[in-house]
Amino acid sequence: MHLDHTHPGPAAVSADARRPDGSRRALRIGLGGPVGSGKTATVAALCRALRDELSLAVVTNDIYTREDAEFLLREAVLPPERITAVETGACPHTAIRDDISANLEAVEDLEDAVGPLDLILVESGGDNLTATFSKGLVDAQVFVIDVAGGDDIPRKGGPGVTTADLLVVNKTDLAPYVGSDLARMAADAKAQRAELPVVLQSLRDERGVADVAAWVRGRLAAWTA
Amino acid sequence: MSRAALLVLADGRFPAGGHAHSGGAEAAVKAGRITGAASLEDFCRGRLHTAGLVAAALAAAAALGADPAGLDAAADARTPSPALRAAARRLGRQLLRAARATWPSPGLDAVARQFPKGAHQPVVLGLAARAAGLGPGDAAHCAAYESVSGPATATVRLLSLDPFDATGVLARLAPELDRVADSAVEAARRVADEGTDALPAASAPLLEVMAEAHAAWPVRLFAS
Repeated sequence: MHLDHTHPGPAAVSADARRPDGSRRALRIGLGGPVGSGKTATVAALCRALRDELSLAVVTNDIYTREDAEFLLREAVLPPERITAVETGACPHTAIRDDISANLEAVEDLEDAVGPLDLILVESGGDNLTATFSKGLVDAQVFVIDVAGGDDIPRKGGPGVTTADLLVVNKTDLAPYVGSDLARMAADAKAQRAELPVVLQSLRDERGVADVAAWVRGRLAAWTA
Repeated sequence: MSRAALLVLADGRFPAGGHAHSGGAEAAVKAGRITGAASLEDFCRGRLHTAGLVAAALAAAAALGADPAGLDAAADARTPSPALRAAARRLGRQLLRAARATWPSPGLDAVARQFPKGAHQPVVLGLAARAAGLGPGDAAHCAAYESVSGPATATVRLLSLDPFDATGVLARLAPELDRVADSAVEAARRVADEGTDALPAASAPLLEVMAEAHAAWPVRLFAS
């Protein structure tokens, strides 16, 4: 096979690890989970934690507004040209799983416009417990739930809780106020996920997003190895 | 040609981005022009004979092998609304990605190189049909059907319309849809001799005007 890197070929089709010019594309990590579980806040915290050491960008998938993108812009976690919103036509899971074309174009356009990038975070619109990202769109996915959504969610399982590369149980600071049993959530998650990692976090604590950021660094190290 | 290939291309689940677009139905619902199955049928009939006919003719001409750049310019000239031109190119780019993965061909790769940000969706649809071994009639039928199936499924979500009623609308439009596809192919066959001026230029001004307004809404379910 003849690989000619001097002339850019047509745009990539899907998950190809190389861009048309032959360079390695950015690692893509998806963040999904129910409405209000803290996906956007986690993305914002990750941007703050990683922006000085990595070149990164964010794609948001809002369901009917641009609020998530606008929150990230308002918080100035990244320069505006590094944040893109995808419209999902009332079906957030379709845009990250069944028909990923709009999101693929968003990540490729970001790399073309502000690249080279190390990392692109793709945030899903708030959805239900079955929402997962296509492997054609992301290299790894984080599922974010929170203690206030009910401490039985890890036990109920479902594709997000069971198969995500990282499960984040968010808002642990609220556990005493909503009667959630953190130990039980952790044990149930462990039972559902075997060896797959789980992080319990509160973005209001000093530790904040540190554990998730460390996991992202690990994935990035594996991607660029 | 393979009849099954036509089913693959025409499948509403073909992953080419259409699910995020309402074909003007969201704006029409908000304006009170679509309120149920009967007004959905009126809306779809109007769209079929205007935007649908033009799209079908462009798709048929592309399937017959007409120059994609010429067809893309013809599509531009037939789409006054900048918002609709942008949406058509975005959808064309998404369809091209799906088509290249589904029916790999040097012809589609060349179009991807020529139009890195996308050509008008109906033009790409015709090229995809060609790559799939389908003919101009198939391409025209796909384009005409998409022109009404998009608004119908969007209206199910927007109005909580009974999905059986929406599907009934599509079934009742089928005979008209066949006639639109036939006249689209007839026009497309004249492009080789007469150029793209032979293509229909039917327009639905309200669709164009409302698309511009819709693109400026801060809160909406659909991209167009």
